[in-house]
Amino acid sequence: MTTLHDLVPPQSGYSYAFLDPFAKRELRRRTLKAVAIPGYQVPYASRELPIARGWGTGGLQVTLALVGPESVVKVIDQGADDSVNAANLRRFIMRMSGAATTTDTLAATIIQSRHRIPEERLRPGQVLVLQVPDPEPLRRIEANIARARQMHADADYGQMWLTLYEQIVRYRQYVEGASYPVLVNQRFVMSPSPIPRWDTPMLHQAAHLTLLAAGREKRLYAVPPYTDVRPLEFEDVPFQIEDQAGWVCRHTGAINKFMIEIPQEDGSALYELSDTGYAEKLAARQRGEQPVIGPTYYDDQGRFYHDGYLKPPAFPDI
Amino acid sequence: MTDTLSRPPSPTSNGFTPDPPRLVAYRPLVQVRGLTRWYGRIRAVDSVDLDVYPGEVLGIVGESGSGKSTVMRLLNLQERADAGDYRLDVPELAGQNLLALDRFAARSVRSTYIGIVYQNPNLGLRMGYTSSGNVAERLLISGERRFAALRAAARSALDASEFPLDRMDDPPRVLSGGMQQRVQLARAIAPKPRLLLLDEPTTGLDVSIQAAVLDTLKRLQRELGVTMLIVSHDLGVIRTLADRVVVMRYGCVVETGLTDQILEDPQHPYTQQLVHAKL
Repeated sequence: MTTLHDLVPPQSGYSYAFLDPFAKRELRRRTLKAVAIPGYQVPYASRELPIARGWGTGGLQVTLALVGPESVVKVIDQGADDSVNAANLRRFIMRMSGAATTTDTLAATIIQSRHRIPEERLRPGQVLVLQVPDPEPLRRIEANIARARQMHADADYGQMWLTLYEQIVRYRQYVEGASYPVLVNQRFVMSPSPIPRWDTPMLHQAAHLTLLAAGREKRLYAVPPYTDVRPLEFEDVPFQIEDQAGWVCRHTGAINKFMIEIPQEDGSALYELSDTGYAEKLAARQRGEQPVIGPTYYDDQGRFYHDGYLKPPAFPDI
Repeated sequence: MTDTLSRPPSPTSNGFTPDPPRLVAYRPLVQVRGLTRWYGRIRAVDSVDLDVYPGEVLGIVGESGSGKSTVMRLLNLQERADAGDYRLDVPELAGQNLLALDRFAARSVRSTYIGIVYQNPNLGLRMGYTSSGNVAERLLISGERRFAALRAAARSALDASEFPLDRMDDPPRVLSGGMQQRVQLARAIAPKPRLLLLDEPTTGLDVSIQAAVLDTLKRLQRELGVTMLIVSHDLGVIRTLADRVVVMRYGCVVETGLTDQILEDPQHPYTQQLVHAKL
């Protein structure tokens, strides 16, 4: 008779992809639950990792639970593949799992990201893992987490809408910069991690799976493929993405992609693409090479790929 | 056949049917039976029965600690009752004991059919948000998602409670006590509730402001025809507003009757003491 003992892998000091099998099994179960209830925050046992809490431990644990030897991993930090944090995480995942790494969005199977979604459209089968500092969208209006969970259970989001009302009364527009609250699958209000408003629409009816994990707060949640994700907006005051009209990338000449601003000594500013992997491909094309560039979420005229999702701005009378 | 003919003619058989008195024809909007609430070993509310008819103003008087405010909180479904039956006569809630509803259903009943004004504005208002936002929140909870409509509703509710509209975007924190009560009132009436609960709405205001707020309440009652339940220990307030009075002591109803009846000719010794107590 087969006993449980026979099924357990032989004890060894090291384990594939750093986490022990039981930790990975727990993470995968939690991930499945999160996928089953889009936008719902599932508690999980966040493990210690050789990086500090707050530096992407949530995302890293999910990546380690998913990764296999044939995976191709891309790690980005605010759009950049080459920041210290992204490079460290990428090297760690590579050493622990033997997976290949890339900076090409199209080649990757797992993309772990801090605060950005790549410009090129993700395709079915790809997994985007977002690092989340604060998973609770109600944190600012309800300090008590137990009470906030009850509000989620009751879909009691009146006060959340009230904060939007207050913003319009004061500023005639929504002023939430990053981490704009969204309603997932018409049910849960979710914090999409601090991605800019530019990236928020990319989660709507996306072909890829998005997993969001907070290591310090021990919560993970998900947006499954082809799920409705709508920013909280009044019917007559549409949600707006960042206005970057006229911003041109200083390296590639690209327009209508998310840029970062580089202030100059004389008070002016230069701009460059936030997504370095995409910028690299554009630069290669300019050098005469022929990189494979996928379709992007926003085209060169700034139109979003889901028609009618983004509406022209309206400034209501107060 | 002969049997019918032999019967004496009925007095109304000539086609004239007199209207029954209105209170007989009307069914009470609020029906409460055996409402009971314990706080540990103390019985704060002891099997209270109440009937409130549509458009009526029912006053509840009694000394501090008699259970008046607890009755209000129970009727607002914000606190669990230990026993009792509470029905609102609206088609959507026919045959439902509101005390048995779960948290989610109770919230929806509270936001649709009931408005409340507390003595302490801190309980009813968000002091850091705008006054108009406080009013609009009630509509946001019931699903209004058009900013212009929210704005218009907040404006008209604040206007109805005679709040100066040029200050509608000031937070209640910076408003006077009387104005805070007007914001609470606007917040309560904004979703057009069937039942308005007023828990000592004018206590703590000075006499002239108190008179102005009472005026507003009377006018609103006349114009909206909303059913009101008002709790007060101030018999002057009750005399001004209430049609009928319930006297409470130690969590029990000791006497009930028309306002004039109770205040001019109290029967129960406690009511006599209450009416004649003067400093």
